[in-house]
Amino acid sequence: MSAWPVLGYLAVPAIKLQIEDCRALKRTQLLKGIQYTLPLLIGIAPFGMIYGVLAIKAGFPAGAAQAMSAIVFAGSSQFMIVNLVAGGSPWPVVVLTAVVVNLRHALYSASLAPYLKHLPASWKAVLAYVLVDEAYAVGIHHYEKNGLAGHPHWFLLGSGLAVWICWQASTALGIFLGAQIPAGWSLDFTLALTFIAIVVPALRERPLLVSAVTAGVTAVAAHALPYKLGLILAALAGIAAGLWSDRQ
Amino acid sequence: MTEFWLIIFMAGGLTYMIRLSFIALHGRWQAPVWFVRALRFVPPAVLSAIILPELLVADGQVFLSPFNPRLLAGVAAILIAWRSRNVFVTIAGGMLLLYLFQFLLG
Repeated sequence: MSAWPVLGYLAVPAIKLQIEDCRALKRTQLLKGIQYTLPLLIGIAPFGMIYGVLAIKAGFPAGAAQAMSAIVFAGSSQFMIVNLVAGGSPWPVVVLTAVVVNLRHALYSASLAPYLKHLPASWKAVLAYVLVDEAYAVGIHHYEKNGLAGHPHWFLLGSGLAVWICWQASTALGIFLGAQIPAGWSLDFTLALTFIAIVVPALRERPLLVSAVTAGVTAVAAHALPYKLGLILAALAGIAAGLWSDRQ
Repeated sequence: MTEFWLIIFMAGGLTYMIRLSFIALHGRWQAPVWFVRALRFVPPAVLSAIILPELLVADGQVFLSPFNPRLLAGVAAILIAWRSRNVFVTIAGGMLLLYLFQFLLG
């Protein structure tokens, strides 16, 4: 008899232990991702509720309003869609505006891509789906600090999952409350405030400031264009001005 | 009715493709340099293009006046955001100030 079977018996529990270790680590990472995202949910929950309220007011059926939170899953563009539909814009304009508003996600995609390159396609597909502002912010911070050690994609998944659950639940609550919230509460103003909170602290460099001011002024000057086309014009003007200022 | 769903699926599908773009194409395709440089300006340009008309345009008219409560609350929120760098403080502060200015300006 050779000694190999004996060695085999010794090796099996060791491998098993390693797999269990690995599972525990992934679970820890997932929970950590959720935990680190919790403070941001304070900002997401009211936002989701207000979206639900405004979607119902704009005439969306409850099922469609909820489905949009799952399918589009991007707060700011969902606000714009609801706003444009309420104003009677034709669908190609609504879709184009949503795309322009969400184009910033390409930036997130580009910055995370090197960290995700070793993952299988199914993981990439799932993580791309949950790549919203908050999950990106929490996730990229984790990657930059810890690199690829210890299954960080589970952390990113946890973060995305936390945002996703919060967004769906708060949308449902907003749809439920929909009709009971009076227009006098000016809840639509939270859209501008949320964007101010996102964009203003980021304007630390001159080209970014030039870009923001140019876009804002253009949007006001072009506000009378039909179907909010001024928004797209202003975005292009802002990007051009930023690139120009960057060259100076 | 069908238009609601058309918008949802088109916007959702395109948004997903934007998010997947660089993650899926990494190593296989290099985006042109000008495109990557331009991307940096997308968030400030797009978001500002949404913010300013919200503050300055009321009922289809530019309302540049110290009696415009949205403009006053918006400018205050910009200062709050600059100082606090806190999303929740900016939204809560901005809404409270909007109610205050609406109350004061009748």
